[in-house]
Amino acid sequence: MVDQYPAIVLLAPFFAAIAVSLLGNWKSGFCLPLTVLSLVISLMSSIALLGQVAESGEVVYLLGGWPRPYGIEFRVDPLNGLLLVVICTIALLSSIYSIRAAAVETPDKCPQFYTLYLLLVTGLLGMSMTGDAFNLYVLVEVASLTSYALIAMRSKRAVLASFNYIIMGTIGASFYLLGVGYLYMKTGSLNMVDIREVLLESGLYTSETILVAFMMIMVGVWIKMAFFPLHGWLPNAYSYAPSTASCVLAPLVTKVTVYVMIRMMFTVFGPEYVFVYLGWSDVVVWMAIVAILAGSILALAQTDLKKMLSYLIVAEVGYMVGGVWLANETALVGAIYHVISDAFMTLCLFLAAGAIITKTGKYCIKDMEGLFRKMPWTMVGFVIAALSMIGIPPTCGFFSKWYLINGGIEAGNWGYVAALLISSLINAILFFRVIEVAYFKKESTDSDKEETVSGSSGVGEPPLTMLGPLLVTAVCLLLIGIFNQEIVILIRQAVSSFGPLGFIG
Amino acid sequence: MILVDFIVSRFNYWIYIILMMMGLFAMIAKKNLIKKLIGMSIFQTAIILFFVSIGVKEGSTIPILAHEAAHDPAHQQAAPLTEKGEGHIQNGKGRDALRAEDYANPLPHVLMLTAIVVGVATLGVGLAVVQKLHQEFGSIEEPEILAKIDSDDG
Amino acid sequence: METVVSSKPLLATLVSLLVVGPIILSRRRPNLRESWTFLAGFIKLGIVLSMLPIILEGGVIEWTLWEILPGLALAFRVDGLGMLFALVASTLWIVTSLYSIGYMRRMKEHSQTRFFAFFAVALSATLGVAFSANLLTMYLFYEMLSLSTYPLVTHHQDREARAGGRTYLTYLLGTSVAFALPAMIYTYMKSGGSMEFVSGGFLAGSVSGGEATVLLILFVFGFAKAGVMPFHSWLPAAMVAPTPVSALLHAVAVVKVGVFCVLRVITGVFGVDFLASLGAATVIVWLASITVLAASLLALTQDNLKRRLAFSTISQLSYIVLGAAMLSESALTGSIMHIAMHAMGKITLFFCAGAIFVATGKKYVSEMDGIGWRMPFTMFAYLLGALSIIGLPPFGGAWSKWFLFLGSVETHNIYLTLVLAISSLLNIAYLLPVAVRAFYVPPGKGNTKIDLHEAPTACVIPLTLTAFGCLALFLFPEILLSLARLMGEPS
Repeated sequence: MVDQYPAIVLLAPFFAAIAVSLLGNWKSGFCLPLTVLSLVISLMSSIALLGQVAESGEVVYLLGGWPRPYGIEFRVDPLNGLLLVVICTIALLSSIYSIRAAAVETPDKCPQFYTLYLLLVTGLLGMSMTGDAFNLYVLVEVASLTSYALIAMRSKRAVLASFNYIIMGTIGASFYLLGVGYLYMKTGSLNMVDIREVLLESGLYTSETILVAFMMIMVGVWIKMAFFPLHGWLPNAYSYAPSTASCVLAPLVTKVTVYVMIRMMFTVFGPEYVFVYLGWSDVVVWMAIVAILAGSILALAQTDLKKMLSYLIVAEVGYMVGGVWLANETALVGAIYHVISDAFMTLCLFLAAGAIITKTGKYCIKDMEGLFRKMPWTMVGFVIAALSMIGIPPTCGFFSKWYLINGGIEAGNWGYVAALLISSLINAILFFRVIEVAYFKKESTDSDKEETVSGSSGVGEPPLTMLGPLLVTAVCLLLIGIFNQEIVILIRQAVSSFGPLGFIG
Repeated sequence: MILVDFIVSRFNYWIYIILMMMGLFAMIAKKNLIKKLIGMSIFQTAIILFFVSIGVKEGSTIPILAHEAAHDPAHQQAAPLTEKGEGHIQNGKGRDALRAEDYANPLPHVLMLTAIVVGVATLGVGLAVVQKLHQEFGSIEEPEILAKIDSDDG
Repeated sequence: METVVSSKPLLATLVSLLVVGPIILSRRRPNLRESWTFLAGFIKLGIVLSMLPIILEGGVIEWTLWEILPGLALAFRVDGLGMLFALVASTLWIVTSLYSIGYMRRMKEHSQTRFFAFFAVALSATLGVAFSANLLTMYLFYEMLSLSTYPLVTHHQDREARAGGRTYLTYLLGTSVAFALPAMIYTYMKSGGSMEFVSGGFLAGSVSGGEATVLLILFVFGFAKAGVMPFHSWLPAAMVAPTPVSALLHAVAVVKVGVFCVLRVITGVFGVDFLASLGAATVIVWLASITVLAASLLALTQDNLKRRLAFSTISQLSYIVLGAAMLSESALTGSIMHIAMHAMGKITLFFCAGAIFVATGKKYVSEMDGIGWRMPFTMFAYLLGALSIIGLPPFGGAWSKWFLFLGSVETHNIYLTLVLAISSLLNIAYLLPVAVRAFYVPPGKGNTKIDLHEAPTACVIPLTLTAFGCLALFLFPEILLSLARLMGEPS
């Protein structure tokens, strides 16, 4: 039992997906309990797994008992151990949230929705566990296919957004697959650790084939994570998706892809290849700077709340890519910590936005006046997430910025530091614009009495199933911030296993 | 002549690159959504072609062990799956017993079975989405759909 | 030097935060709700006072919560400077609470529960800043203060409040993220992971003169609550707040937190001697001097009494920054004492402005002719407060001005002495005319009948108390002086 945790983490949602699709059509009341149950099992075992990993450093699970390099293996180190817990937690919170939202937004499609939802989670969990480059491709596609379908469950614009996502997503995945092909040509292996060993032993760093493989993989991954300027598919897809779907897509898909990038750079190619041999670090960091600024500025131009949040994801991807490519430990730790904290921040924001939209039916920021009175707790959650995005202590956003800026200064890249600060300021403007609208009443209604405001519109707090996850997430933001040391220790453990990070002159 | 050699000796790459570019062009430039999906299929097929071609070796045969060879104790050593740690394309110990270069590399082909499945699934989702678009907008031309969305807004 | 480990600073900080729950729960019963505020106020003051003897003996009190970043803990540390500030803030909170009750009830303000709740949070943040042991803890409470005061500043929730609140947050949050945060991280890296305030500073030797100058400027601008020009406009904008907020927050808590942070940075991060050896503080001296004069001149042009007081505050804050940046012992003592003296004087003036508004609805100086005989207590208190700010004996302000003048002479900088002298004259020019108008100019035509029309008792009592406080501070400055001297002494 104990050594089967990696399998349980993955298989619980997978079997639940099958069960939901079978039983759900017969009686749709089964969908939700099954989903929640499987995610709870997954969460429990991922926490247990993280405990094991924190002790032993690495857990390797061989599928079917085939040893490396023949079989497919799941490798769990502190890095993806943490990520598994994050994915399970977020999936569980969103599934609780979905009780009401899914019934409103995708009526009569309960079994389909939950089947896709669980498969998406399976795909994401698999992406973060697998130690096999081709298996990763398959799991990326599992996650992508389900997200295309989830997005297309809403009508009109969402469908078109989903179609564009299919096209872009397929291009990205195909580039990745090509890269893996080139890598296989030279190394004859698909196992990540094995590829690294072959690369080192055979001195393949100078090979142009490996260079092409690396470029292809990076481009593929960048498309999938919406790294500016390859972000075109993201804003529409996430803002028009059903709110429950976007609550799990927005926090997780880009972050897990960032994890994939980290895994590729550090476990497969190795920092000595990426940073020392290629020395592209500066170029990519500048691209990240552009991404941060462009994402923030584009967000500034939005009037639709969810769209604004979607563009912020583009900016946040820039934070993480930049942090990873700064090529020093502090920044890398910061980037990984930001993967975790940003996942929760984005979740919190999308949960709040979803709750607001479900209750008021308003999408535009300017229509949100008086929300503090109507739904104070929802806004408390929103404000905490906003503070985290701006980077106010003791929320986790502050600490991820702290590490990232620290890393930026260490690397002497002042452009990156400046970009982070400017984007924090833009975030402050963005969120206080929303908060201000929500805090003040509409100027035309000049009645001062509380009763008339809340009584006339009939909008109150969302149901507990929506509010609960939101507030739990908000508390998580504070906890992740306050206990950042513990998380960072785990991350450092993972980072140190990548070997020394090279510095670029 | 050198250039011709260069092109001819790598013809499999050229073909896949040409196919891939055709697919990419269709995916990006075509306005008709079905044509975009066709482009996507071509794109994926190009990659499958690439993978299949890297598994091929000149003068090699299908990678199926003959019955007696598989049961010969001398050959068992060479069967890659029973051995730990050194199972790369060319296996040093078993070379005399079972010449790996006589067989085409089966792994890329096996991978492509999975990739084809993924491709079909993607295409299926894509077609379903296009169908839904057609139901909602009555068109599969991108400009017309965009115009409808704009008029909905206005 | 004696170091005592005690959770008292934490408790003093938390007590007003803990009371937020009861305040919200008893929102339907205003009297119960307000008694929670008083309860917390007295407990807070009690805890602060109980720490006073140890500090006066030259000891410090420390309490570490937990390490939040490598080598960096959320930690509290009480020393002379922090003690003085905490004493001022917690005493005046009680006075202001009484005043708020009178003001808010008479004005029939809405959302009073929210008002008192956020007021309590703001006080927690203020004490947190006063007692923080390192830059990070200080920054945390600094931001908490900016955010918790936003609902107070925009309390009226009308268009004016919206614009004011926007300016308020843009300046305070913007500067702290853009300037103070990077400066802090740079300091953290340069000092090798330490940010603990120590007398004499911890940066000595680890940064060059140029770096030190840039860092110091970043810190001074980053803590924009200190109101050094050009980042001062948030303070006049914040005057849209109800008067009790302006009184406590914008004469005592918020603005003093700003100068407090600057003082901490100069004494605890850089160290006076280190800055003196580099000459890095010269820029700050000039910035502060310009602010002192320019803000005084601007105050002259304001007709709205609260705005006039706001500009006066900006000018007075820069005295404190100036005193710190002069890097002489007397000037430092003077500037620390000025925190208390100015707080007492300025809160009196704001109370008076509020009382006038409550009683007569008048906001503008030009409307206040002859008001002195209708509101004798209020206007007399105003006179006392104004004289204290100007720095005339027998009022508290005289002491801090005296030490500041002494410091400027010690530094042999005749210009600084001149700046202080001119600004004192300007103080007279913008503060006294209000009192003169109130008592000597007849109140409009035809209306010769004088009827006593004071503000509510709950407003008049506090302002009388603080006015006599100004007097008391002149007569008994020993405690403040010894607390301030603790910082000047090399350890």
